[in-house]
Amino acid sequence: MKHPEIRMKPLLMLVFLIGLLACGPLHGEEKSPQVEFSRQVLPILADHCLLCHGFDEKGRKASLRLDVPGDQGKIHGGKSVFKPGELKGSAAWLRITSSDPDEIMPPPRANRPLRPEQKEILKRWIEQGAKYDQHWAFQTPLRPAVHPAPPEHVVNNQIDSFVGARLQKEGLKQAPRAAKETLLRRLSLDLTGLPPSLPELDSFLNDASPTAWEKQVERLLASPRYGERWARWWLDAARFADSDGYEKDLPRSQWPWRDWVIAAFNRDLPYDRFLMEQLAGDLLPGAGPSQRLATGFLRNSMVNEEGAILAEQFRLEGLIDRLDCLGKAVLGLTISCAQCHDHKYDPITKAEYYKLMAFINNDYEATSWVYTDEQQKVIEGIHQEIALLQPQAKNKIPNWHQLLTQWAAKEKDQVTPWEVVKPFNADVIGGLAHPDILPDGSILTLGFRPSDAVLVIQLDAKGNNHAGLRLEALTHGDLPFGGPGRSAKGTFAVSEMKVEAAPLKEPGKFSPVALNEPSADFSKAPSPLDPFFRRGENDSRLVGGPEFLIDGKEETAWSGDRGPALRHQDTHAVFRFAKPVNYEGGARFKITLTFKHAGKDIHGRHNQFLGRMRIALTSSATATADPLPPEVRMALPKIAAGLPPDAPEIQKSFPNWRTTVAGLKEINQKIAAAWSRHPEGNTVLNLAARQGEFLRQTRILDRGDWQKPLQVVSPGTPTILHKTALPDGGTRLDLARWLTDKNSPTTARVAVNRAWQSFFGNGLVATPEDFGTRAAMPPHRELLDWLACEFMEPTQLQAGENQSGKPQPWSFKHLHRLIVCSATYQQASAMTPHQRQLDPRNLLLARGPRFRVEAEILRDIALSTSGLMNPAVGGPSIFPPVPDGFLSLSYLAVDFWNTATGPERYRRSLYVFRRRSIPDPVMSAFDAPNGDTACVRRERSNTPLAALVIQNEPVFVECAQSLGLRVLREGGATDGDKIRYLFRLLVSRPPREEETAVLQKFLQENRHRLAKGEINAHEVAFHAQSKLADLPGKASPNEAAAWVLIARLLYSLDEVVNKN
Amino acid sequence: MNLKQELKKEWGKLAARRWFLRDCAVGLGSMALSSILGKNALGYSGAGTLPRPDHPPKAKRVVYLFMAGAPSHLELFDHKPELKKWEGKSPPAELIQNYRAAFIHTNSALMGPKFKFSRHGNSGAELSEALPNTAAVADHLCFLKGMHTDAVNHAPGQILMNTGSQQFGRPSFGAWTVYGLGSESADLPGYVVLSSANGTSGGSSNWGSGFLPTIYHGVNFRSQGDPVLYLSNPKGIDDRTQRQTLDLIKTLNSQQFQAIGDPEILTRIASFEMAYRLQTSAPELMDLTKESEATLKMYGLDPKDPKPGFARNCLLARRLLERGVRFVQLFHESWDHHGGLVSGIKASAGQTDRGAAALVRDLAQRGLLDDTIVIWGGEFGRTPMVQGDGMDGRDHHNRCFTMWLAGGGFKPGITFGESDPFGFKPAKGAVHVHDLHATLLHQLGFDHTKLTYRFQGRDYRLTDVHGQVVKDII
Repeated sequence: MKHPEIRMKPLLMLVFLIGLLACGPLHGEEKSPQVEFSRQVLPILADHCLLCHGFDEKGRKASLRLDVPGDQGKIHGGKSVFKPGELKGSAAWLRITSSDPDEIMPPPRANRPLRPEQKEILKRWIEQGAKYDQHWAFQTPLRPAVHPAPPEHVVNNQIDSFVGARLQKEGLKQAPRAAKETLLRRLSLDLTGLPPSLPELDSFLNDASPTAWEKQVERLLASPRYGERWARWWLDAARFADSDGYEKDLPRSQWPWRDWVIAAFNRDLPYDRFLMEQLAGDLLPGAGPSQRLATGFLRNSMVNEEGAILAEQFRLEGLIDRLDCLGKAVLGLTISCAQCHDHKYDPITKAEYYKLMAFINNDYEATSWVYTDEQQKVIEGIHQEIALLQPQAKNKIPNWHQLLTQWAAKEKDQVTPWEVVKPFNADVIGGLAHPDILPDGSILTLGFRPSDAVLVIQLDAKGNNHAGLRLEALTHGDLPFGGPGRSAKGTFAVSEMKVEAAPLKEPGKFSPVALNEPSADFSKAPSPLDPFFRRGENDSRLVGGPEFLIDGKEETAWSGDRGPALRHQDTHAVFRFAKPVNYEGGARFKITLTFKHAGKDIHGRHNQFLGRMRIALTSSATATADPLPPEVRMALPKIAAGLPPDAPEIQKSFPNWRTTVAGLKEINQKIAAAWSRHPEGNTVLNLAARQGEFLRQTRILDRGDWQKPLQVVSPGTPTILHKTALPDGGTRLDLARWLTDKNSPTTARVAVNRAWQSFFGNGLVATPEDFGTRAAMPPHRELLDWLACEFMEPTQLQAGENQSGKPQPWSFKHLHRLIVCSATYQQASAMTPHQRQLDPRNLLLARGPRFRVEAEILRDIALSTSGLMNPAVGGPSIFPPVPDGFLSLSYLAVDFWNTATGPERYRRSLYVFRRRSIPDPVMSAFDAPNGDTACVRRERSNTPLAALVIQNEPVFVECAQSLGLRVLREGGATDGDKIRYLFRLLVSRPPREEETAVLQKFLQENRHRLAKGEINAHEVAFHAQSKLADLPGKASPNEAAAWVLIARLLYSLDEVVNKN
Repeated sequence: MNLKQELKKEWGKLAARRWFLRDCAVGLGSMALSSILGKNALGYSGAGTLPRPDHPPKAKRVVYLFMAGAPSHLELFDHKPELKKWEGKSPPAELIQNYRAAFIHTNSALMGPKFKFSRHGNSGAELSEALPNTAAVADHLCFLKGMHTDAVNHAPGQILMNTGSQQFGRPSFGAWTVYGLGSESADLPGYVVLSSANGTSGGSSNWGSGFLPTIYHGVNFRSQGDPVLYLSNPKGIDDRTQRQTLDLIKTLNSQQFQAIGDPEILTRIASFEMAYRLQTSAPELMDLTKESEATLKMYGLDPKDPKPGFARNCLLARRLLERGVRFVQLFHESWDHHGGLVSGIKASAGQTDRGAAALVRDLAQRGLLDDTIVIWGGEFGRTPMVQGDGMDGRDHHNRCFTMWLAGGGFKPGITFGESDPFGFKPAKGAVHVHDLHATLLHQLGFDHTKLTYRFQGRDYRLTDVHGQVVKDII
């Protein structure tokens, strides 16, 4: 009987709820005499009729379609389907109201009976003429006229006018403005994801000026924390994760893209540009590294590298995911429904789905280097230095042009004739990977990344005099950085190569072919393995030139790695046959490549497989590798014939020529030394457009099955949405332009709706992922449309915006400013019984928002109030502590989880490593998505598991401990001061008297028990990162422990974990 | 009880139900609950109430023994003497038309069964020598020898078997079950997961809630450390401190409710109280000292030291089911025998056979088997063709494999379906994963086409657009 107050309240609650049930659920419909088709009728048809009488032709019954007017006059049972104005002449109405179970529509087996009020709407609609129009969300939003709010309604901007007019209709009144401290906490959490500090709070409370609020808004919008908070908002939709997903779920380096998003919000990159760069930044005119990095957005799809998979199957799964993401995050349409069949409810065909896919089906799954600003400077320095050294070489040898021309004349005939032979088979022994043989005869291996592996290539060569073999290592857009290797650095190491030959007439009768005279276009000096691939301190394996391929030693390998600056280029090795292979009728060759230079992780992370390769044969007995790249080789005859010194061919071949000149040794060495300073960057997954011969065709897939391709489709957009003039082909850039067109019915609406959801807990449209006909009608649709238009074409210059100019179109900061400056946002959030009855979910907005904050914000509240939070922005994700044995749930042994200690441990939650298969237990407990698919609306659950996290998870415990010490340092003299300090820090308001009283009692009790030794002060008060020395002044460990217990308790307060 | 008391009682249940309970009774409680939970539990549009069984259920709870990695049906259940005769030969061309295994070439040589088979019990079920304990309870079991699936890789295969789709993001069968039936335990979660051997290929999506509310996500009970993550209080916090802390939290949060009137505060108060109860109930659950020696021995556990592992998880499963947990799922990832088939099967069967059989026997002895479904099976089968040079491995095979069911209204002591002489594809009684799901939901009281959840404007179901109830086995 401790808490009599709580015993009565639920009873009252329940009574209200019963009342609510009697009233029926709240709907967005307004009671107007004229029934509106798209607002009132279409949702009913969508829910109850369109499954059988909708857009999907295959599923359509009785050849009757009800979502468009075309079939309205069709005769069924002697009557029109809907006869305008005549209920009794409308076959549909008679079926709807029939009492015959064989007649009634919808049929009982469909389990979707119409409710009386729905029938009433249909009745009135038919009576009023059964007029069709298009679903509202498929029409370009037009700026609606602003409704006047009632005079007593506080109107800060148009948002309030719309809300006021609507509340008046419902007989509701605006709630009063919330207390200033509540408001600043609400604002800080919304704009930066952090509660206000005490100086920030005081500064606002003491600011009596009329612009006090606007000043805070501007301060927070300008904070780098703003970008962090809103980046997370986008990362949900963009299904960001730090690992690949599926079985292997290896870590990926995608954080540079995440940092791009943070920066984009901080510099208020307009949303149209924001989307454009992420979808097609690489194709924009003048695209730079930042634009290419942005395309990491679509690459956030999962990647399957399970052993033995077929890469193409999961590439297509990735495309399906990308469309799903675009549908949810940008279009607000459930286009994925059209993957297997025409959409049942919204007019999107299956063909249109694949036409959309065609826009994004012509890309490489690229991995690219991303350089920091410092690295970028080093790289620029290298290029400048080389740009200065080249002319020096020319100065040193004044007749260089003549010598180069002579060199070209001599060199142009020094070529070995090669014939590429396309293999008929290429097998990774064991079948862990399945190489593809491309039309050009090269072999490309995607999917599983083989570590220790044997690749066997078989090919049939026609002629009968084979004297040498060339092994090419080739670049490809799907390989990391273009390859040619599949290692994390794009390098490869082939340990051994064996060649066997058999007469084509007796193709099983192989005999070994001895190889000699190895040569390569680039011969690496024997070097130890890059530390990344070493298996231990004493790993003595070497990489080097082509001789390592045939030395019979698996410890040595051929690597074409010319260092970070120059490694991603084609390279090749050449061998002569000790004895020509001479079989009448041709020969079958079996080439076995052995890979033994991977590191410890055999699941792919440390592989050094050769991603793309090609075999060629020659009859020449003097075969040697060509040191010149093909473009120089091809230019030689022209150069030899005479070209001016400034001809591009001459410039291109100059670097190759100069390396042959003894007198330039010093300069050559300097240039080589410059290149060797080139840093390795960070990496990111991004997109790169395929070109020319590598272009793919997109086909419709039967029931979405990748093994059942049907007819080819070209890129195109759904006809139900806005039109676009598409050039031939249709690229990602065209798709991006179409999506960001101001005529798009949904792009702006979806963006403002999801922003609104973030501030108010619910979107104006409750289903941000679905604006289609099945979406519930928003109670504030005109407000939504007004905001969408204002977002695209702003007219409302606000305080804080450049007063001399016009507000920027598509600006998030403009949108966020409008929302937080509205009186609607600033209302108090207490629920009156009347509101609870009429509008428990606050869809009408007669009070302020109140809901539990997101997982990241919750943890960040603990970090920031404890003083532990590390304010660094960006960088690699950190590995948080996880319970012992937690990682063993992972399919693979996880050896990369280097639990963060020191300040890194206390980075903002945005930087916590997101592993898809085994998501972080803290983030999951508070409903953070794991990134498998796009998430545009988080759950807000309230479970015992979450309660346990707040109370017992190590970082939360460490926060409580550090907060306890912080109180002693900063909280003032008396217990009352300290309690007040804690409350203001955690919930921004001072404690009420009764709160102080119960906490003081708790404090005394614990002091007493600590003094008696019943509680171990050291265990309670300190963690590994804090020390006794952190104790301020004369404070005792007992005193620290007493305050730590209070801090731990307060973190569990509802008010702390809520935005109020 | 007068109305006031009744309402009071309902309220208590209501608050508790937020996570643990989802009563299927149509009463005041569940109606009010629907309103309070609003979008969080119901999705935004459409459904006004939580689902209820549409016909009387045969089974009230489920224990699913997931044999991850895909056990070889040819070594355990599906006796193919004919295959022995073909050993070393390529399969007939028509058999492997349009067929794909994962690793091997489809024309790899066939390989005969590696274990001896014999018939058991009154039902005469045929099992291999690798499963002597399962054989001893064969009269309780219903074997499905014509199982087939769509996926040939582990992660998609496991996801399909558990969620009905190869694409990630769908709710698991366990989540659907708790969504449909709620939970009967006030102290334990409705859906509990136990793991032994390795981590699974499908990861936590195997027991995920997908687009269902996260309260339906399977909760992992661990065999080392805290049985539930973060269950123990931090060092130095004893029960008295914890109780006082919680009392004070309740006081302060109640004051907040007085001021704000947000019913969510009450569920938050309840969640802390339930966490406290869980601190007692979970360790109690894991404590096997009260189990009789006979019981422990039946599971093959050393009474003095019942080591973590599959058998112990089987016993824990029974204890969970007894305490009202709706769905228990055991994962044992160890069956991926591309090579070392004989020793691998011996090892994996050795780890699981006795525990699984003991669980069936134990449930039967306690009268729980009748309304508990026991499921045993992996994500697909193994090829009749050999993998590797040593005649000692089999590749992934999606066209035919065996599972068994027990209890829950399934016919005991029957074998349904039959494969062709190679064990390559079903000759009779083919059951697709979707059919299995449809049948399991049927036994739980649901028409699989009607247990739906609206997400992205579409009413999703476990069986997608497929599934036929296999009437012959119920």
